[in-house]
Amino acid sequence: MTVGAIYALVALGFTLIYNSSDVANFAQGEFVMLGGMVTFFGYAAGLPLFVAAVLAIVVAAVVGLLLYRLAIEPARRASPVTLIIITIGASIFIRGVTAIVLDKNFHSLPSFFGNEPFVIGGATLLPQSLVVMFGVSLVLIALWLFMSRTLRGKSLLATAANRTAAQLTGINTRAVTSTAFVISAAIGAIGGVLATPITLTYYDAGTLLALKGFAAAVLGGMGNPLGAVVGGLVLGLLEQFSAGYLSSQYKDAVAFIVILLVLFTMPQGLFGAKSVERV
Amino acid sequence: MRRFLTSPFLLVGAVAVVVAILPMILPSNFYMRVAALVYINAIAVLGLNLLMGFAGQVSLGHAGFFGIGAYAMALGPVYLGLPSWASLLGGTAVSALLAFLVGRPILRLNGYYLAIATLGMGMLVAMVISNEANITGGPNGMEVQRMVLFGWRVAGSVTWYWISGISLVIAALVVVNLINSPTGRALRSIHDSEIAARVLGIDVARYKLLAFVISAIFASIAGSYLALLDGFVTPTTAGFLLSIELVVMAVLGGLGSILGSIVGAAILVILPQALTVFHEYEHVVLGAIIVVFLILLPSGIVPAIAALIRRRPA
Amino acid sequence: MTIIRRSLLIGAAAMAAGMFASAAYAQNTIKIGSVLSVTGPASFLGDPEKKTLEMYVRDINAAGGVNGKKLELFIYDDGSDANKARTFATRLVEEDKVDAVIAGSGSGSALAIRGVFEEAALPYISLAGAAEIVLPVRKWVFKMPHTEPMSCGKIFEDLKKRNLTRVGIISGTDGWGKAMRAECVAMAPKEGITVVKDEIYGAADSDMTPQLTNIKNTAGVQAVINCGFGQGPAIVTRNYRQVGLSVPLYQSHGVSSKSYINLAGEAANGVRLPAAALLVAEQLPDSDPLKKVAIEYKTKFEKETGQPVSTFGGHARDALFMLVEALKRAGSADKAKVRDEIEKTKNFIGTGGVINMSATDHLGLDLNSFRMIEIKNGDWSLVL
Repeated sequence: MTVGAIYALVALGFTLIYNSSDVANFAQGEFVMLGGMVTFFGYAAGLPLFVAAVLAIVVAAVVGLLLYRLAIEPARRASPVTLIIITIGASIFIRGVTAIVLDKNFHSLPSFFGNEPFVIGGATLLPQSLVVMFGVSLVLIALWLFMSRTLRGKSLLATAANRTAAQLTGINTRAVTSTAFVISAAIGAIGGVLATPITLTYYDAGTLLALKGFAAAVLGGMGNPLGAVVGGLVLGLLEQFSAGYLSSQYKDAVAFIVILLVLFTMPQGLFGAKSVERV
Repeated sequence: MRRFLTSPFLLVGAVAVVVAILPMILPSNFYMRVAALVYINAIAVLGLNLLMGFAGQVSLGHAGFFGIGAYAMALGPVYLGLPSWASLLGGTAVSALLAFLVGRPILRLNGYYLAIATLGMGMLVAMVISNEANITGGPNGMEVQRMVLFGWRVAGSVTWYWISGISLVIAALVVVNLINSPTGRALRSIHDSEIAARVLGIDVARYKLLAFVISAIFASIAGSYLALLDGFVTPTTAGFLLSIELVVMAVLGGLGSILGSIVGAAILVILPQALTVFHEYEHVVLGAIIVVFLILLPSGIVPAIAALIRRRPA
Repeated sequence: MTIIRRSLLIGAAAMAAGMFASAAYAQNTIKIGSVLSVTGPASFLGDPEKKTLEMYVRDINAAGGVNGKKLELFIYDDGSDANKARTFATRLVEEDKVDAVIAGSGSGSALAIRGVFEEAALPYISLAGAAEIVLPVRKWVFKMPHTEPMSCGKIFEDLKKRNLTRVGIISGTDGWGKAMRAECVAMAPKEGITVVKDEIYGAADSDMTPQLTNIKNTAGVQAVINCGFGQGPAIVTRNYRQVGLSVPLYQSHGVSSKSYINLAGEAANGVRLPAAALLVAEQLPDSDPLKKVAIEYKTKFEKETGQPVSTFGGHARDALFMLVEALKRAGSADKAKVRDEIEKTKNFIGTGGVINMSATDHLGLDLNSFRMIEIKNGDWSLVL
C-alpha cells in the first residue's frame, strides 16, 4: 500500500504535466529521487528533518521549472516522441549531476514517528506507512483545493481541456505550464521524502519509479488524475499480493499482465475518456 | 546533393561504400569492434524506425526481441544441439512468432497505451531470461559457443565487422524496397491518419502487424549478432534500458530516415567511448548532448540537415 | 544555422581527439587496465575499487614504480552493464595494450569480459564474487573475493556451533543471491541443516514484509539466512524486525560495507555475517597475520576518501599488490611470466585473507580467511 501510494504520486505528477503540455515526462522519477536525496544530505548536514524536507521540495520544484524552461519549452514544436526523449536525456543529466554533487550511495531517513510497528489483527503496520498514506491524502486534498478554488488552478484545468481556447480567453498558458511542472516536481519530491524512510533511495532510483508511475498513469487512463491515483494504488497492491501469495520473481510480470488485460478490454485505461481522432 | 538525398538507393550505395572503406582508416581492432556495434545496433534501429517512423507505432519493448535473438545463440547449441546458423534462424522465427501473436491485440492500442503494452511485453521476456537461471544462467548471463561455418570459426572483431556491415547494407536495401512498394505507401498513410487510411480501404491492422513483425525480426537478428560477437550474453540484452536506447537512437537520428537510423546508432555507441575523457561527468555530458541536439534538431539529425541542404540552391 | 553546423564539427573533432589521445602515451610504463562498475546499481562495489586503485598506483609511482617503470592505470566505467564492459575490455586489449587487468565489479561483467582476456592471453584478476569465474580453473583468470559456497559453509559452521538446524532462506533475484541460495540449498543436507522455508524477493524491491511474514508463519524456523547484495539485505533486515521475527538473522559477505549498517539502522544489531577480517581490523588479536595489513588499508582509505572502508575496495588493494609482487618476481611485464608468477603466489597477506594460489586453485582462499562477525551497537564486532 505504501509503495502504491508513491506510484500514485508519481502518476499524478505525470498526469499534471501531460494535461498541461502533452509531454510524457520520464524525468518524473528524478523528482522523487531528489526529494529523498536532498532531504538526507540536508539532514546529515545538521538541518532539522522538516527544514531539510522543505529544502528538498524547493530544490525539486526549481529543477522542475528549469526542466520546462530550458528543455521542454525551446522544443515546443517537436513531436511527442521527441519530447519524451528530451525528458529521458534530462533525467540522465539530473542523475549525473546528483551523483557528482551528492553521492552514489544508498541512503535512508529516520522514520518520522519511530519504528515500532502496530499489530492490527495479526497484520503489522508501520507508523511510517500511516505517514505516507496520510501525506498522500493531504497532497490530494491540497491539489483539489488548488484546482477548484484558485484562479491559477482553474486556468490549469482550462489549459488541460483545450489549450487554444484557454489562450483565446487570455490565459497565459506558458505560466500555467510552468506551474504544472513546479507542482509535479514538488509532488514527486514529497513522495520521495515520505517514502525514503521505508524504501531507501539513491541517485539511480528514479528510472524504475518513472516507469511504474507511467504504467500507473496509463492503467488509470492517461490524463485522468483520479485514474492516476487509482492506477498507482492498484499497481502497488498487485505487486504486494503477488509477492506474498504467488511468485516474488514474477511480481512485476503479474502487474504487467494485469495491465495488458485491462488495456485489451479497455483500450483507454480504467478511467480514460474515449478520444476522437479528427480527420 | 539533392538527388543523393532523395534517392534512397544511392544512399544505400553510399552506406556500402563507407562500410567498405572504413577498415582502411580505422587504426585498430577496437575501432572495428565499435564499428561492428554501430552496424548491429543500426540493424535493430532500422527495423524500429520502420515501425515508428513509417507506420507511426511506438514500441518500448524491442529489447525483448533483441534478447530472444541473443539467447537463442546461447541456448540453441547447448540444449537443442543446433548449429549456430540454425539457432539464429530459430531465434528469428521465435521473435517473429511472438510479434505476430502479441501484435494483433497490442496494436489495437494507441500512443501511450501501446507504449506501455510493448514495454510490458519486453519486460516479460527480460524477466523470464533473468529468472529461469537453471536454463539461462540468470542475471550473471551465460557463454555463447562460437559460430563454426564449414569448419571456419567465425570470431573476432574484423570478421564481425564485415558480417554486420554487409548485413546492415542488406537490411537497408530491404527497408528501401519496402517503403517504395505499395506496402510502404500504405504504412505511411497509416502514420498520417489511421482513419483516413481505413477509409481508403487499407487493411490497417494487417500492415501494422507486418511492420511490427519485420521490426521484431531485425531486432532479433541484431541480438543474435551481438551474442556471437561477444561470445557472452546477459539479461541486459533484453532489458528495458536497451529498449529505450534503441528508441533514442531512432529519434535522435531521425524518424522515418534510413540514414538517420545509422547515424543515431553511431552517435549512441561512439559517444560513451568518446566521453570517457570526461570521467565522472560522462553521464552529465551524455544527457546534455541528447537534450541540446533534440532542441536544435527536433526532427532528428539527418532529416534536419537534409532540410537545411535542400533549402539552399543546389 | 551555421553555428549549429560548426559546433557539430567541433564536437566531432573533440570526440576523435579524445579517442586517439589515449593511444599517444609513452610506452615506458607498465599498463594496468581496469573495467569497473563505477556507476549504476553495482557502483557500491566499483566506486571504492576505483578509489583504491587510483590511490595506491599514485603512491607506488611516487615511490619509484615497479621494476624501474611507472604504473599507468586505465580505468573505464561499464555503468554496471556487461555488454559495455565487454567493449571496454576490448579497448584495453586492442587500444591501450595493457599488460595486466584488474577488473569486473559485478559477477555478470566479470564473466562477460573473461573471454576477451583469455583470447588475448592477458593476466586477469577479477574482483567479483561468483565462484563460477575461476571454476573450472582457466589459465589466465584469477579472482580475489570469497565465493558464495564459502559464505554458506561459514554460516552453517556457526549455526552448528549454536545448535540451530532448521533455517529459512530469503534470497534476492540478483546473480549473487540466486547463486548463493542454490549453493546453500545444495549444501544444507550434507551439513545436517534443513531448509524449512525458501523465499525470494526482487533485487530492486522496497518491501519484503510479505515474504518475511511467510517465514514467520512457518513453524520451527530457528534461524534465517539472507542471500543478497546491494540495498535488498538492508530492507530485509529492517522488515525482519518489523514483522516481529526474533530468531538469529545471517547475511552473506555481500553486505560487508558500512552502508549496510547505516541503512538497516538499529535493526542491524544482532545480525551475523561471515566477512573479511578487514572489517574488524582493530579487534583482531595481535597474533593475527592480517591485522597489520588490514589496519594500514583501513586507515589510509578512510583518511583519503573520507568514507568508511569496505571489503570490496580491500580486494582491489589485494589484487594490485599481488600483481605488483608478481611483476617484481617476473622482473618484467612479460605476460606469460607474470601469469606464472601470480599462480605461484604463496602466503600473500591481503585484507581478504592469506592467499595461496596454485595451478588448480586460482582463488587461493579457504574458510579460515573468513571471520564470523556480529553487528553490535551499530558496528562490526568479531565473534570469537
